[in-house]
Amino acid sequence: MKYMLIMRTTAEAVEASASMDFEEIINAMGAYNESMIKAGVLIGGDGLTDAKEGFVVDFNSQPPVVTDGPYGEVHELFNGFWILEVSSREEAAEWASRAPLGPGSKLEVRRITDQSDFEDFADNEYIKKEKEWRGEGAIG
Amino acid sequence: MRAPSADAGSDAHAGADRIRRTVDAVWRIESARIVATLTKSTGDFSWAEDLTQEAVADALVQWARDGVPQNPGAWLTAVAKRKAIDGWRRRERLDDRYRALAHDLTEAAATDARSPDLLDDDVLRLVFTACHPVLSREAQIALTLRVVGGLSTEEIARLFLVPVATVQQRIVRAKKTLAAAKAPFETPDPSEWAARLGSVLGVVYLIFTEGYAATSGDRWMRPELAQEALRLGRVVAGLLPREAEAQALVALMELQASRFGARTASDGSPVLLADQDRARWDRAQIGRGVAALARADELGRGRGPFALQAAIAECHAVAPSVEETDWERIVVLYEALGRIAPNPVVELNRAVAVSMAVGPASGLRIVDELSASGALRGSHLVPSVRGELLARLGRSDEARAELLAAAQLTANARERDVLLAKAARA
Repeated sequence: MKYMLIMRTTAEAVEASASMDFEEIINAMGAYNESMIKAGVLIGGDGLTDAKEGFVVDFNSQPPVVTDGPYGEVHELFNGFWILEVSSREEAAEWASRAPLGPGSKLEVRRITDQSDFEDFADNEYIKKEKEWRGEGAIG
Repeated sequence: MRAPSADAGSDAHAGADRIRRTVDAVWRIESARIVATLTKSTGDFSWAEDLTQEAVADALVQWARDGVPQNPGAWLTAVAKRKAIDGWRRRERLDDRYRALAHDLTEAAATDARSPDLLDDDVLRLVFTACHPVLSREAQIALTLRVVGGLSTEEIARLFLVPVATVQQRIVRAKKTLAAAKAPFETPDPSEWAARLGSVLGVVYLIFTEGYAATSGDRWMRPELAQEALRLGRVVAGLLPREAEAQALVALMELQASRFGARTASDGSPVLLADQDRARWDRAQIGRGVAALARADELGRGRGPFALQAAIAECHAVAPSVEETDWERIVVLYEALGRIAPNPVVELNRAVAVSMAVGPASGLRIVDELSASGALRGSHLVPSVRGELLARLGRSDEARAELLAAAQLTANARERDVLLAKAARA
């Protein structure tokens, strides 16, 4: 099963990290990533650039409104993600708890859906197609 | 402590179950390093494996009572080391090893004191030990999944559709065999290196192929088995970044696994390559496979058997359709593969590729030669390919007879259905 680890950090913590030794941060993250690569569980992930470079497409109105970052009211910013292929929820939790993050940061851990999540809609045409696409319990 | 043992008033069974799953997860992540560390310290793989299993049993009790420790891997290692010291004490064999271990335990965070590179070396020794040539293939597979992959005996039994007692027996016997052979806890000498590495990669790929095309059972594929192999393959490739074939094996497994989704129809029946909807192939996984093959090629040692097979899988993965596949290139790759690793199955695949690149009559000639040599006698593969080619040549009666013969020979129920359906259409 696949899990996404989503890094969420308060704006204050992001600012505080500006005063930290960036090389130290890179080294800590690098060692963490390497440990997951060597364990064969890390299959994807990336960091995100500064929220100031991002923008929001808001569907509260039609047509949707595009607003430049960093989005005013938001208290936590998504800063990056990892995708892990692990054997259980507990294993995902174990890897997440090893991330080199500090106060102000959270990892939201979400399982990536698979066919078993759509059993109640088994008759839906797209769900049937999807099931064929992926094969019963297949990887990927 | 990271988590309370259980909320007051909550179901004790649920709590015990949760702890069991947490211990399993930690074991998944740490087993190889713990067993490797203990084997290094005690010089006895078999005993080290017993000690770590006892430590896991202790964890189930103590973590349920006191919570999960801050560094669960270090906890398990320390408990196993303490058990080793107790064992020596009982046997009154208090030599230098005992002193070294006792010293380790007095140091704070003993496991962290060792550099990750040294730890990797020990894990690599463990991988070679689990795949030692004195062991049967079945024993190598069980031991590798257990100590390197961190799977429980129950999980291995479930994956291979055999009773738990059978797996237990295999592991006990494997440990006895290693002890009897006095297999040293070392990576192989340069003179043996290629053969021993081949054995490790072979074990991983065997686990994968059993998941990719199950030889038994009523399911066509067992993706969870292939997934364990992929994970093991990534571990080995991480330990041996300079070994092109280790990288190439990962590439091959990623590329083949990328088609899993398209290989099974919604009723569980197999969908063959030509009929697969390529939009259903996992593009991210193809990308990982292509990148792994590039890593293997960059090492500049030329392509070995896994790299050639990965290159063939890559040809399929990047082709928009069967017709637009570079079959000539696939023929060349199969020829190269047949030369460095002669194998009747490879020859049969070459025949299929030739039939696509040149025509079914040319493919059939190769199959007939193979058939005349007596290779693959008793396997469903030759009549199945022969029947297919005869059908394409319009020789329907012969085609039907071959496909029915193939259906009789396969042990996989799903594959039998496909062959019978083909015979009916021929």
